[in-house]
Amino acid sequence: MKPAPFAYHRPSTVAEAAQLLAATQGKILAGGQSLIPIMSMRLASPAALVDLNHVPGLAAIDVTSTAVHIGALTRHAALEANDAAYLANPLLRRALRHVAHATIRNRGTTVGSIVHADPAAEMPAVLRLLGGIVEAVSSERGHRSIDSADFFVGPLESALQPDEVAVAATFPHPPGGSGSSWAEISRRHGDYGLVGVGSLVVLDEGRRITSASVCLISVGGTPVLVDVTDASSGTTYDAVDWTAALELVDAAIDPESDIHATAAYRRQLARVLTGRALAQATADAIARVAA
Amino acid sequence: MTTASDPASAEALHDVTLTVNGVFQQLRVPARRLLSDALRHDLRLTGTHVGCEHGVCGACTVLIESRPTRSCLVFAVSADGASITTVEGCLEPDGTLGDVQQAFQDCHALQCGFCTPGFITTITAYLEDHPNPTEDEAREAIGGNLCRCTGYQNIVAAVVRAAEIRRERTAT
Repeated sequence: MKPAPFAYHRPSTVAEAAQLLAATQGKILAGGQSLIPIMSMRLASPAALVDLNHVPGLAAIDVTSTAVHIGALTRHAALEANDAAYLANPLLRRALRHVAHATIRNRGTTVGSIVHADPAAEMPAVLRLLGGIVEAVSSERGHRSIDSADFFVGPLESALQPDEVAVAATFPHPPGGSGSSWAEISRRHGDYGLVGVGSLVVLDEGRRITSASVCLISVGGTPVLVDVTDASSGTTYDAVDWTAALELVDAAIDPESDIHATAAYRRQLARVLTGRALAQATADAIARVAA
Repeated sequence: MTTASDPASAEALHDVTLTVNGVFQQLRVPARRLLSDALRHDLRLTGTHVGCEHGVCGACTVLIESRPTRSCLVFAVSADGASITTVEGCLEPDGTLGDVQQAFQDCHALQCGFCTPGFITTITAYLEDHPNPTEDEAREAIGGNLCRCTGYQNIVAAVVRAAEIRRERTAT
């Protein structure tokens, strides 16, 4: 249960970090809340770690008129506690409360969780649902922005290249008239969700649903985004029937059986939680319009 | 951060400074030394207990810059310069039991005691932000810590009791 030896590098700038990463073919250490257990269990033994924790300026939370921007060292707990981010985009806090335990959130970073690309993790799904962006830096090719639609490639696999440092992520604000929610069921408090569902519902001035989407975790190799607008639009919020939306979700997911749950149970949970998440997001939209 | 190497293994060693329970400490460790092991083996502060060593059980929880953190999920070298509080630092300044420790005694919130250091540190920090928790909030607060003896009822009671003691001590 001890990690294998590795070379340790402590850059003080992003440029230095990118150079070291390329030169050592190592891994980036930020929060380490997934990386260190993997190393302790010897599931991974990177030859080198490039520690971002001493690079200044990477922990910012910047709430602009259009988006919440976070840096590579923004801890989950800091984003969860940030009132400006919550007011602009309540889904962030709602989902973050399901990320492991508070103690893990104190150290773990949101960008790190996104880059780790665990199909059971919440924040990759939130990024995908909101159409967010990951900012990456490579010493050879410079900076690039990666759209969340292209970012998640497979289980624990992102579009990030081995020499790229993810330095920031952007969560666009949901549109006006929208509501959001996160619904999840796990075996034990703080465990990975058996299934989790983020939902975004947009209403027009007549309180008709103009767009509705969900993003599910633990039911495929990557977060599964399903646009259910066609299954719902036109109806007013209190007359909507989500049955067709549940069918769309059922067709889109491919859950697996494991020690925690069978595929059939996950499928059932996906239906139930999708219905719940859509109803909660709709109620949230109404509450926000009324407020 | 200067570097030396261990003559036995040729593994690089790093100089790390930590402030642990208010005491300045310098140590020279390999990069892979977990903070939990640095506290226990290098600094001989064996109050911090190591249970699962992969972040699930919460026994090794310490406060880094006053925030509860799993010390088995932090490399000591990465915590260079940090201020750390372990269970040894959760006493009153005069050396008597701290409020959370006193509450654990009052409520019989431990049996074997292995998990207790992680609970004490976690609850000590929690009460800073939540001075008057309900029983439900107390249960939520300790959700990240495992105890295999007590069944948690008395630990939940101790969280509420610790808040009482803290208020009493602050008032006097």
